[in-house]
Amino acid sequence: MNSKGFRKRMIKDRLATVAAVACVIAALVPLVSILVDVLIKGLPQFSFEFLTGTIPPPGSDEVGGIGPAIVGTLAAIGIGSLIGIPIGIVSGIFVSEYGDNLFGRTVRFVMDVLAGFPSIIIGIFAYLVLVVSLGGPNAFAGGLALSIIMLPVVARTTEEALKLVPTSLREASLSLGVSRSATIRTVVLSNGKPGIITGIMLSIARITGESAPLLLTVGWTAFYPTTLSQPMASMPVLIYQFAISPFDNWHDLAWGASAFLILLVLGLNITVRIIAHGGRHLFKRRR
Amino acid sequence: MGESSAKIETRELDAYFGSNKAVKGIDIKVKANHATAIIGPSGCGKSTFIRCLNRMHEVVPGTRVTGEVLLEGEDIYSRGTNPVDVRRRVGMIFQKPNPFPNASIFDNVAYGLRMNGIRDKAFIQEQVERSLKQAALWDEVKDNLDASGVSISGGQQQRLCIARAMAIEPEVLLMDEPCSALDPIATSKIEDLIFDLKNDYTVIIVTHNMQQAARVADWTAFMYLGELIEFNKTKRLFENPEEELTERYITGRFG
Repeated sequence: MNSKGFRKRMIKDRLATVAAVACVIAALVPLVSILVDVLIKGLPQFSFEFLTGTIPPPGSDEVGGIGPAIVGTLAAIGIGSLIGIPIGIVSGIFVSEYGDNLFGRTVRFVMDVLAGFPSIIIGIFAYLVLVVSLGGPNAFAGGLALSIIMLPVVARTTEEALKLVPTSLREASLSLGVSRSATIRTVVLSNGKPGIITGIMLSIARITGESAPLLLTVGWTAFYPTTLSQPMASMPVLIYQFAISPFDNWHDLAWGASAFLILLVLGLNITVRIIAHGGRHLFKRRR
Repeated sequence: MGESSAKIETRELDAYFGSNKAVKGIDIKVKANHATAIIGPSGCGKSTFIRCLNRMHEVVPGTRVTGEVLLEGEDIYSRGTNPVDVRRRVGMIFQKPNPFPNASIFDNVAYGLRMNGIRDKAFIQEQVERSLKQAALWDEVKDNLDASGVSISGGQQQRLCIARAMAIEPEVLLMDEPCSALDPIATSKIEDLIFDLKNDYTVIIVTHNMQQAARVADWTAFMYLGELIEFNKTKRLFENPEEELTERYITGRFG
């Protein structure tokens, strides 16, 4: 039993384990260091003033806040969701339930290509369509860019969620004299709902941190937005602008905004997991 | 058997999966208000055959049916016949119990009624109770109608599926090996149920269990390699089969 070959295998096993653990640590170092760095520099900025105050003018001593950028980001996400989620869900249902043909395969392929598009290109598209025509940066253009980014995410997760609904349940409904479309509306959608909600949350988390398309489309202002056709502030653009500025109070705001954005995305991802797994297995493996 | 009493009659019925012919030229006349069993070795096309009787075969992509299936003399495959209407008249119970997991026991049974446009709450209530009683499940679940359809045992789930199918009052009940996923006690409950049901419904049951066919069915059909080998009164088929192939199968010499 304790032959030489066995000892050799034990040593190999140990070495492989050590190598695997080392790789995991190497992968975790940047993640943890970014998180720690941003939170250490950003969390101390958090205050009522920080969350609601307006952006201080350049060179002033005011502390100020990022209120307009938070509102702007939420507005852009809201517009993006209003356009992207319904279209994404409907395309996902179509591809899953009626997509076993050339058109369905084409839609699926287009969604895959779209998912891999650099977001700056999508930003340029929105710029050409809505910024040029409306005569300046505006919230609609940002929302449109974000909706195009979230569309493939929603569509593909909806499709996957519906495909997981067992054939036996569809057949149960069909055998009761219920039409195919009514079966999809009731049995298929209600059993696929958790998966669809997961897709929606993931797509929102994805666009929350998008900066390139917003840089091109929503522009910049230091004040709270009043209409959606005007330029407005947003978190990613604020971080970009302030990080490259020469002012210390702007640097602080950029750190604070970064921490806020990271916590927002982290919060959304945790919410997704709670919805998907009923909260009991927060870190369960994904299938 | 008289021509007029055939509830379901098939003529030259062929069923395909792609280019593979699974059911070959079946002619059979099934009597109303009797239980008919279909037996045969695995893969002989029994399940495919009964799935043709309520147009469930065509739900699977790449499948095709030719020939006629007459339900009270009218071809359910004729142009202009809606499969949805056929399935309202010909209900089906599947091999594995398939209650809707995110619906209550009550809603499972009421589903078919509601989806067929019935809004009268008192009527739905009445029909759910009647169906659950008919499926011999009422006493076990009457205090628990809001529980999930999958919170009960496998045998109870199968009876729930039977109640669900009966709630819309079909004329024919097709059962595709309804006991194959159940233990002997649950099986005997379902068999008792079939015995009662055949007074009011035409029951066609696919089974790979010959004793089960002998216990519940008045008529039995033996299928082999997609063909109908013999169709006879159950007693006759088991005691004195006309075909040698039937005899070899029921005596366990192949299959």
